[in-house]
Amino acid sequence: MFIVKYIKDIFSGIKSLLVGMRRTGYYFTHHKEIITEQYPDNRDTLVMADRFKGEVVLIHDEHNEHACTGCTACELACPNATIKIVTKFDITPEGKKKKAIDKFVYHLELCTMCNLCIVACPTDAIKMAQTFEHSVYDRAELTKILNKPGSKIREGIE
Amino acid sequence: MLEEIGTTTEGDLIINVGPQHPATHGVLHLVITLNGETIKKVEPHLGYIHRSIEKMCESLTYRQFIYVTSRMDYLSAHINNHACALCVEKGMQVEVPERAQVIRVIMDELTRIASHELWWGAMAMDIGAFTPFFHAFREREKINEIMEETCGARLTMNYYVPGGLMADLHPDFQKKVKAFITLFKNKIDEYDELITGNIIFINRMKGVGFLSKEDAVSFGCTGPSGRGSGLSCDIRKLYPYAVYDKVQFDEILETDGDSLARYMVRIREMKQSIRIIEQLIDNIPEGDFQAKTKAVLKLPKGEFYTRVETARGELGVYIVSEGATTPYRIKFRSPGFSNLSALDTMARGGKLGDLVAMMGTLDLVIPDIDR
Repeated sequence: MFIVKYIKDIFSGIKSLLVGMRRTGYYFTHHKEIITEQYPDNRDTLVMADRFKGEVVLIHDEHNEHACTGCTACELACPNATIKIVTKFDITPEGKKKKAIDKFVYHLELCTMCNLCIVACPTDAIKMAQTFEHSVYDRAELTKILNKPGSKIREGIE
Repeated sequence: MLEEIGTTTEGDLIINVGPQHPATHGVLHLVITLNGETIKKVEPHLGYIHRSIEKMCESLTYRQFIYVTSRMDYLSAHINNHACALCVEKGMQVEVPERAQVIRVIMDELTRIASHELWWGAMAMDIGAFTPFFHAFREREKINEIMEETCGARLTMNYYVPGGLMADLHPDFQKKVKAFITLFKNKIDEYDELITGNIIFINRMKGVGFLSKEDAVSFGCTGPSGRGSGLSCDIRKLYPYAVYDKVQFDEILETDGDSLARYMVRIREMKQSIRIIEQLIDNIPEGDFQAKTKAVLKLPKGEFYTRVETARGELGVYIVSEGATTPYRIKFRSPGFSNLSALDTMARGGKLGDLVAMMGTLDLVIPDIDR
């Protein structure tokens, strides 16, 4: 009886190999079924998911105005000290002092894209951009100042 | 006496596998004592990627520390975050909305499928079959796309916050998950065709790396590694959290205790995960996705422990609070560490070539072991 089992095993073994080979042959002859994913070189037509967390940006409108009041809620929410907000005092037309941001420093090299700063912002001044290629030649280039030169806070945001 | 297994004698060969080795999937360092080709002892050396996550968490607030845990077991990032969120919610006694709980379970199960798929591809690659790796990643890519759309990231999502979720579901979520389920049900048969029935694979896995139920208990093996030895240890069944007590699914048990049994547990578990998602995907209740919590979270003085079932086993989160905004002490009971400790018992007396099969079916994720 040993010899019957032995021969049976050989045939069932060959059958199992053929079953696997049939699947391999199917993909060998069906080129339309794409298995591997290509690097997104198609920049013009590439659509990233709108929630994709690439980097933090400060939203500026067409008048070069943003909504950041310098409340440092994002700085406190950040686990890695990625954001540093330098504030200054502007003099309003009425002659009063008003707190405003001088520099919104963002360290991309420390950021883990955890989204906690975006959630913490009370005025929705910052958002996540959908960029994904952050490599630079010098580490210092990753430290960014997010507020554009000459930008100021939008009217009516406290 | 000289032939006694486990002692180093003259003529033994001591080799290092790792810390940089393609078969260890990370920086696991194994010091192996060999007699010819027979393994006498396997000694894991840890600490190569120790990042002191537990200590780091002590300086982060209860909202901030959750994102760090995605970096422990990065293949089941959602489930790690779930464990931490549950522990903080238990301390604050916050009731999580039903909608958030259901979404959490769907996300957890999707993560489990993605994790098992990566394991399946990587393990097949370990024992010499390269094609399955691409097949597994093809379906895993679909899950990653779903995650990217709703959570904004592909691997370290940080989607769970204490009290619920960070954002509501993407409008396309249900449609895409349903499309994935239909696709995956066809493709999982391909996995069986390619690997499960293959005679070469079965001969390499059967009887290799035997772990008895008693050893599994004494080493604290959980998850598919424990269930392959017949140890009933599914936290989702035994201590249900979220909405796991309202869905129908089976706890997969295999009694052989060898590598093939652990393999079969994971393959069958993927089908159970699909079953859970199918029950929930059409029944996501309306409502809030986040409970109202205070701006600054503080846990009352005391100790809190929760556990969840990750793709690798039981993850426990233990928080000691002194009433401040940061935890006084955090301890994670990670499944990978306990599962790795059983490797020595499994491998002794076996052959060196079988070691990759044992490591492959233990599903080791090194950052989870080292933290």
